[in-house]
Amino acid sequence: MSRAVFRNPWLPYALVAPQIAITIVFFFWPAFDSLRLSLYRASPFGDRLIFIGGGNFTRLLGDPAYFRSVATSLGFSLVVTVAGLAVALLLASLANARIRGLAVYRTLLLWPYGIAPAVAGVIWLFVFHPSFGVLPYLLSFVTDYQFNWFLKGWVALTLIVIAAVWKQFGYNLAFYLAGLQAIPGSVLEAASVDGAGPVRRFFAITFPLLSPVTFFLFTLNMTFAFFETFGLIHAVTQGGPGDATSILVYRAWKDGFDGLQLGYSAAQSVILMLLVIALTAVQFRYAEKKVTY
Amino acid sequence: MTRSALSVLVAAAVVLTGVPSTSRAATEIQFWHAMTAVLGERVNDIANKFNASQSEYVVKAVHKGSYPETLNAAIAAYRAKQPLHIVQVFEVGTQTMLSSGAVYPVYQLMKDHGVAIDWNDLISPVKGYYSSTGGNLYSMPFNSSTPILYYHKDHFKKAGLPDKPPATWDAVESMARKLKTAGVKCPFSSAWPSWVLVENMHAYHDQPFADNRNGFDGLATTLKINGPFGVKMMERLARGAKDGWFTYGGRLNKAEALMTAGECGIFTTSSAYIGNLARASEGKFAWGTGPLPRLAGFPQGNSIIGGATLWVMRGGKPEEYKGVAQFFKYLASTENQAWWAGVTGYLPLTNSTAKALEASGHYVKNPHQKTAVVQMNAGKTTPNSQGIRLGNFNSVRDAIEEQMENIFSGNKTAKQGLDDAVAKSNDILKEFAALYR
Amino acid sequence: MDRSSAITHVILVAAVVVLAFPLYYAFVISTQSLDEVTSLPPKLAPSTHLVQNYADAWSRVGMGRLLLNSAIVALAVALGKIVISLLSAFAIVYFDFRGKRLVFWMIFVTLMLPVPVRIVSTYQVVSVLGWVDTYWGLTVPLMASATGTFLFRQYYRTIPDSLAEAAQLDGAGPLRFLWSILLPLSTANIAALFVILFVYGWNDYLWPLMVTNSQEMRTAVIGIDSLIPRTSQLPEWNVAMAAAMMVLLPPVAVIVAMQRWFVKGLIETEK
Repeated sequence: MSRAVFRNPWLPYALVAPQIAITIVFFFWPAFDSLRLSLYRASPFGDRLIFIGGGNFTRLLGDPAYFRSVATSLGFSLVVTVAGLAVALLLASLANARIRGLAVYRTLLLWPYGIAPAVAGVIWLFVFHPSFGVLPYLLSFVTDYQFNWFLKGWVALTLIVIAAVWKQFGYNLAFYLAGLQAIPGSVLEAASVDGAGPVRRFFAITFPLLSPVTFFLFTLNMTFAFFETFGLIHAVTQGGPGDATSILVYRAWKDGFDGLQLGYSAAQSVILMLLVIALTAVQFRYAEKKVTY
Repeated sequence: MTRSALSVLVAAAVVLTGVPSTSRAATEIQFWHAMTAVLGERVNDIANKFNASQSEYVVKAVHKGSYPETLNAAIAAYRAKQPLHIVQVFEVGTQTMLSSGAVYPVYQLMKDHGVAIDWNDLISPVKGYYSSTGGNLYSMPFNSSTPILYYHKDHFKKAGLPDKPPATWDAVESMARKLKTAGVKCPFSSAWPSWVLVENMHAYHDQPFADNRNGFDGLATTLKINGPFGVKMMERLARGAKDGWFTYGGRLNKAEALMTAGECGIFTTSSAYIGNLARASEGKFAWGTGPLPRLAGFPQGNSIIGGATLWVMRGGKPEEYKGVAQFFKYLASTENQAWWAGVTGYLPLTNSTAKALEASGHYVKNPHQKTAVVQMNAGKTTPNSQGIRLGNFNSVRDAIEEQMENIFSGNKTAKQGLDDAVAKSNDILKEFAALYR
Repeated sequence: MDRSSAITHVILVAAVVVLAFPLYYAFVISTQSLDEVTSLPPKLAPSTHLVQNYADAWSRVGMGRLLLNSAIVALAVALGKIVISLLSAFAIVYFDFRGKRLVFWMIFVTLMLPVPVRIVSTYQVVSVLGWVDTYWGLTVPLMASATGTFLFRQYYRTIPDSLAEAAQLDGAGPLRFLWSILLPLSTANIAALFVILFVYGWNDYLWPLMVTNSQEMRTAVIGIDSLIPRTSQLPEWNVAMAAAMMVLLPPVAVIVAMQRWFVKGLIETEK
């Protein structure tokens, strides 16, 4: 393990200075400003700033729409994560043989990671388009049901879930493939010699051995679905219909930017901050435990 | 980082972004607007015409995004003390601007610079909407429209309907049902759901939208859209959604995509849509216009205007304001007003302009542009139809449209949805009022 | 090829096809004319209007400038973050100095707060600095998080002390050590980080949306928004898809070209 080796009175400070400077100006200052602003009622042009203490928070926590947004965010993130991981794991397990060209497949499956969620959303928007899209067209042969995602919340949610899972899929698959390749063949052979069938082998050995990968992908996908799908929602559904796709980060942005209620929006950011801190703390604690140097 | 180092960086950034420096002989005036496509070109045209007509001032028209984005840009610029003189703000931002303390009232600007404007020549819906309690205009009317009805002549023929627009909501319903039977995908729809179907319908039938005379007598804190009229209107539309003769097309003006694609039989939206519809339908289908339909059993009011006005921001230099006053004087001339209204399809803002357009035979060549004018002239100006002025109106409109979606999808009854819209909106309005107690 | 290998191939090919279909469909749409787009049944073979549509998309939104902006942001964020975090990680691992613990936690805590969460306040800060609608405002605030520092720190901790001690014995100073020994060892990590940050910088949506106002400063992912047929525009999905294709090509190309390092680097991160 590396220990401090060099001695120099000023060099380390110079080395960390750029990062610290940017961190203070663009992280701490806004973070504290957010905290501060959340305690105020602020007018758009800055002419009025009225201290109201926890007023924004009580307003948030007393609003059933806010809790609906929490539920939507959590539900949406869980579905995207679980669906994404389950399908990726299934496919990876089925595909886990020593075959030629695995790297080629990996490339062909990984590339959607490079597509911005908003762009993925636009493409799926068209696939789902009620007038011209290929999916409603095909479905019209099966059923008369109008998949109008302007009005039907569950259709809108399905649309963005599919777009999000699609985008993340290759990434999840690549990780599971790598994880599976890292499991020594001897362990699985020993198990089959012991009489364990493939399903049993999977649940008793493979899945537990993959748990670090699963945990890592779980937190990553949850974070992605919680925050980075903003672009997807902004480009496709704008939080509607009703508030069916109004996730927390979209709400916070909308109230601040469209609604110009800066204090209220800052309060929502503060609550998001606490959620993320909890999530990251749990992840870090778990990750550090599993790693040995 | 020292202040001077920061300004060096900022200057470098300015150079990088290619913003031209203001070291020209003429005084530069920044004019931020939200007009896109054809309308954006017309804005550039009028700015260029002004610039060509004199050499002391240069108006730089910059497209800053949508209306909310333009407003946010203005706020950011104001707070960072960046130069910005004129900003186009949508009508729902009126109260926000009025309360802000950041504006230089237009009537004051004109008076200070000795520019005489005949404010009384403004058509009364425009004058009424944008005047303060003292009868003075704080912003310069620029682009105003009002909703009208459009209908697809070919679909009407297919459904065996006469070539005439429906005049009442009963007629809309019966015609839409026939259109549905004839296989029209979107028998009836509307863009701007809240503006057309709630705000305008209330004013059109002399019903109050909010307390304090729709916010003109003081900051409004309660909506009144869940009364018998509002519920009756909404119940009909909910029935339409359920029975399939009303096709909901999304919030704001998303539904225009349906009419543009030629799918709708009957459609209500802003009169400013005429230009786009003409372009989209060319060689494809014929269409007509008519006034908004009425609901039987309710009094007559008038439709209200939408659109935007030009606001002048504080914090500029005296010679810049001189230029702004000159630009506004230029805009206000009847000749330029007639040109602007003629090429854009927006309402003629003054009586003189309306007369000039009539006299030049403009309406003979563009009959559809007259529909809105006729509609407004035929209406009655009442306290309820003067306009609506709410703080955070943008959020209120969104709250209403959100509940409308719940109603049209069948999740809530009309009364329930309207009650919820009122509750949420009152909350928003009270927040705003609390800022200025 | 034995049976299980064949099945594996089939499954993987199927996955590739399903994943690729929306993109293929988007490409097909981007080659159609307006009439073909709006007519049913949808055609699945490319049509002939490719050049027209792409040229249209290019000129309508000033795609050249948009792509340039995205490239500037992606490269600046990637390179800036790499340089800054490399230096910080070096300092943290190889030096002892007063306040080191505080510095470490200050940097680390930024991991807990992604941009969307502090967005409104960051915007206020940027507007006070006068950086709204500038390249500075687009890039510098995105360099504030610690993913890179963390990655490099973890990696440097696995490097044996003997290397640094040997360098010192040779009379090399810390900067010399960094440049001649540590940097070459770090190339895999740097490459992986570059891919991640480039894609992130290119595709970031929320921050560029907030901090830019004028079309000339927008990045590609939000600049194409006006092409998405919404309201009174003609349903020109063909042009919209052409724009989408142009926007997603560079980051996808970066991933494809550097995917070996990318996966390796990610797996290292996870450890």
